[in-house]
Formats: sequence, C-alpha cells, structure tokens
Amino acid sequence: MKGALKAAAAAEMIPDGASLMIGGFMAVGTPERIIDAIVARGVRDLTVIANDTAMPGHGIGKLITAGLVRRVIASHIGLNPETQAKMIAGEIDCELVPQGTLIERIRAGGMGLGGVLTPTGLGTEVEEGKQVVEVEGKRFLVETPLRADFALIGAWQADYVGNLAYLLTAHNFNPIIALAGATVIAEPEAIVPVGVIPPDLVKTPGVLVDHLIVREI
Amino acid sequence: MDAKELIARRVACEIRAGMLVNLGIGLPSMVANFVPASLGVFFQAENGVIGLGARPPEGMQDPHLTDAGGGFVSAVPGAASIDSAMSFGLIRGGHLDMTVLGGLQVNQAGQLANWKVPGKMVPGMGGAMDLVTGAARVVVAMQHAAKGQSKIVRDCTLPLTSLRRVDLVVTDLAVIAPTEAGLELRERAPGVSLETILAATGAALIVPAQVPEMQLAP
Repeated sequence: MKGALKAAAAAEMIPDGASLMIGGFMAVGTPERIIDAIVARGVRDLTVIANDTAMPGHGIGKLITAGLVRRVIASHIGLNPETQAKMIAGEIDCELVPQGTLIERIRAGGMGLGGVLTPTGLGTEVEEGKQVVEVEGKRFLVETPLRADFALIGAWQADYVGNLAYLLTAHNFNPIIALAGATVIAEPEAIVPVGVIPPDLVKTPGVLVDHLIVREI
Repeated sequence: MDAKELIARRVACEIRAGMLVNLGIGLPSMVANFVPASLGVFFQAENGVIGLGARPPEGMQDPHLTDAGGGFVSAVPGAASIDSAMSFGLIRGGHLDMTVLGGLQVNQAGQLANWKVPGKMVPGMGGAMDLVTGAARVVVAMQHAAKGQSKIVRDCTLPLTSLRRVDLVVTDLAVIAPTEAGLELRERAPGVSLETILAATGAALIVPAQVPEMQLAP
C-alpha cells in the first residue's frame, strides 16, 4: 500500500536541475496540482520532456511562464508563444522531436531498449548528426532512449496499490512515461478503494508508481 | 462556395467506406463535414482517439476529450481511446489509410514542406513527419498560392517534412497527382482554365489531353 502526499510535499522532492517527464497533450491529462506546487516552490533549471508546452496559464505553460525551465524536449511548442520567444532569446534550449519518435524514445528508455530505429525524419533536418542504419533493405534513423529523474502523471483513478486508470484522450504520454521516470509521481482525480478499479482497466500497474498525490479539499 | 470549402469537399471524395483517416488542424479538419456518416469512416486524432466526433454542444464538453488542436470534440459509437505509442504505431506502422494535411510548399518531386518557416515560425513538427512517412495515402489540402506566390514550386525553400512523395495535392485551382514522372494535372476547379492554373503554378506540370473539372459529390 502506498500513502498519498500533498502536492507541496511532492514538489519538495524535486531538486533544482531535475529532469521531468510530464504527461498531457495541450494540458489534457497533465498533473496541474503538482505543477502548481513546483511553481510555488520555485524549482529552477528544470529539463522538461513532454509532448508540448501547452499554452500560457495551463499545465506546462505555467512552468515556462515562471522561468523555471532551462531545457525542453517536445514535439510541438506552436501554441505557446512564450516557449518560442524564450527559445529564440536563448533562455530555453529546445529540442524538437517528431511526436511518434519522442514517445518511442521514452518507451525505449522505460523498457530497457537501446534506442529506436525509425524512418521518420530521414532526409530532413531531424536526421542531422544522427546515425542511419539499413535493416532488410530499408533505411532507418537511430534515435536514442530517454529517461528522466521524475515522471509526473495525470490520471483519472488510482487505488492505494498505485494502479492507474485514464479517461479518453487524457492517456496520451502518461502510461508510457510511467516506465521511464526514476521516481514516478501520479496525480489522480480520485483515489478509490483497492479493488474498485477492475484489473482489465488498469493501464499503469501500481508497481511502477512511487507516490500518489492526495486530493486536497 | 469559398476556396477552403471547395478544397474540403474535393478531398472528401477521396475517402472510402471503412477507412481510418487522420485530418490535420485547420483546413483539413473541415473535410469531416463532407464525409457521409453512412460510409462508416473512423477519424483518428493523434492525441488518442479513434472515432472522433463533432464538436459537442455548449455545456456538454468533456475536459478529457479533445482533438490534436486542443479543441473539445465528441466520440462516435465504436470509438477507442489509445495512448500516444499506440496512436503513432497506427500512423507509422501503415495502419492509417489516409492522412490529410495542410501544406506550405510542395515541390516538383511531390515532397511536402509544412512544419517550419526558419526564423519566423518554429512550432515543432508535432505528428506531421510521422503522418507523412507512415500513412498509406497522403493528401495535401492547401490554397494554390499564398501572398501571390505559388505554393507548388520547383524546389522547396522551406525544410521538408519527409522525403516521401505525397499521393495527391488538392488546391482551390486544381487536383495534382505527383508521379514518378513529375506533377500531373488531373482536374481543374469549376470555371478555372488550364492557362490560369499553369500561370499560377511555380513548377512544371504534366498536362494530359483531357483535364476534367473537379466533381464535388462523392
């Protein structure tokens, strides 16, 4: 059984310079309470690995606005003009990765694989500086695995074993980053008694989850 | 009919019963409005739903159900929610029958540039590179020209999205099929002459003896 932490206590665990994988797609499925606590604590020089940086005032956008992020690895920053402005000003180092490659690099990191062979990006700017290999007559880019100090997950339901279930398009990166963070912190909308989530609906097994965030009313 | 509706209606005619289709943000998303429900087409949003439905009525939005642009959507009966690895596995693995994407430029070889204007617009490629690389069929839906400049060009001045040759380009003036031999003019928009198309195009077109007008009903 796992205890549940307040969001502020979870943020206390995250030091300056930490790397964070954060779930969510345009802030849908993003753990907002943990993000608010990180902003309140003012943790600095963060590396954020996520699909996007949402928009100002939402999800990861709050970390960008607060100036807490030094490096971003994402597929899309187009809906957050602050990320683009800080990238152009040199305040944020931004690595843009095709979305399907990004999720597979995270999956490789989490599943103990040495990387990904993908045709995506061949012959484009994405290929620059990367190894190309030929397998069974087809060319592929070699993409390296990604891991992070923390994975911050937004879920629908959790139980005290740490099992997680998600809703609709709030799955996105969450079930995959759960494998690739050294410490995994999940923020569910509700924590339900053990046994309430049917085993077939568990998308992230509790063994992967280190801490749950309690709902503060 | 405005130019965007014309393009969307023509692209809709490419969609066959039972297909799995991904529509890009903006003009391509309008295509869904012209695909009859009776075709049983499933639309995928790469953020994680197969079976994207219409925008829900005011007050019935679900914060857990959006499209890839972050807008509220609904899900049709038979829909499935999936994570991003499954979503891009479908795309890259050749399980997606068609993608419809906007374009900034298409070159003589039929290659697309649609993700970056260096120094001006650097939003990131999102899912575009995977979609163009992996979809069984790639249809580009775009205006023929922007700010008086043809978007169909000999060589792209903008960074390519993929080396892959797209399958069809639908504009407000013409339908063009990139082939091994070059860009083949297939159809004219209603009331648009061959001369107008040739004058508005920045690349060589292969012009067959007959270039019929676009048919807009599927």
